[in-house]
Amino acid sequence: MTTIPLFHVLILSSLLFAIGFVGVVARKNTLFMLMSLEIMLNAVGVAFIGAGSVWQQADGQVMFILILTLAAAEVAVGLALLIRMQKKYHSLDIDLLNQMKG
Amino acid sequence: MLANLTSIESLFYLAGLVAVIASLKVVTGHNTVHALLYLVVSLLAVAVCFYLMGAPFAAGLEVIVYAGAILVLFVFAVLMFGLGKDETTNAPKHKGLANMLGAMLLAFALLVEIIVIINNADMQQNLQATVISSKTVGIMLYGPYLLAVEIASFLLLSGLLAGYHYAKPDVTGGPL
Repeated sequence: MTTIPLFHVLILSSLLFAIGFVGVVARKNTLFMLMSLEIMLNAVGVAFIGAGSVWQQADGQVMFILILTLAAAEVAVGLALLIRMQKKYHSLDIDLLNQMKG
Repeated sequence: MLANLTSIESLFYLAGLVAVIASLKVVTGHNTVHALLYLVVSLLAVAVCFYLMGAPFAAGLEVIVYAGAILVLFVFAVLMFGLGKDETTNAPKHKGLANMLGAMLLAFALLVEIIVIINNADMQQNLQATVISSKTVGIMLYGPYLLAVEIASFLLLSGLLAGYHYAKPDVTGGPL
């Protein structure tokens, strides 16, 4: 039995998730949006590990490892796209991407 | 009172506070490299939280993969964004250690926390009782979750291919 109550773990997780979400919605710089996405994925990992430790099951850590691979793949593709964007527009402003044509 | 202050719970709250503060600094930052510095601190704080929740394997993975690999990817990308510009003209004025003082203080709090945990035999015993061993996780991964592992490997492969495809230079021809 763990000493940390699940409720407090979930509060921390939702706080981090909310911070990351505000970052994704409010920032215009695409690089900062990617960083905020990392924070959000991390927050979900906290929730999984906390739940796994409360019920003493390994499933939480398994899900965390899967989230880890997802984050790695997402960052690789995202940063490659940002490099393309920087080459084409010489800027990372997300508002430059509001047109599909071109 | 002192025993209460150095319980696993209070250490967890401290690490969580560090994670929240560092994440806020990431989201509100202006300088990319400083934001990355705070992001590292946030990930390390979350790793300490994992350790205190009885998942040392996940904490190690968090430090190695997130703070070690993904953040290095970010740093490389930031370096590539600056190519073609003269870095010396855009570089901020030298302000000594003032720029990284906040991140250093947060990281120092985490270090103190880790030292307290390692030195406290009582707490170690408490943590050992609740730990889920990496052996169990491995058995789960290659037992009921085998399909998910295969899908994750495909995901990583497609990430590799997409990253290569998008980031390669525009000039075509020549070998891959």
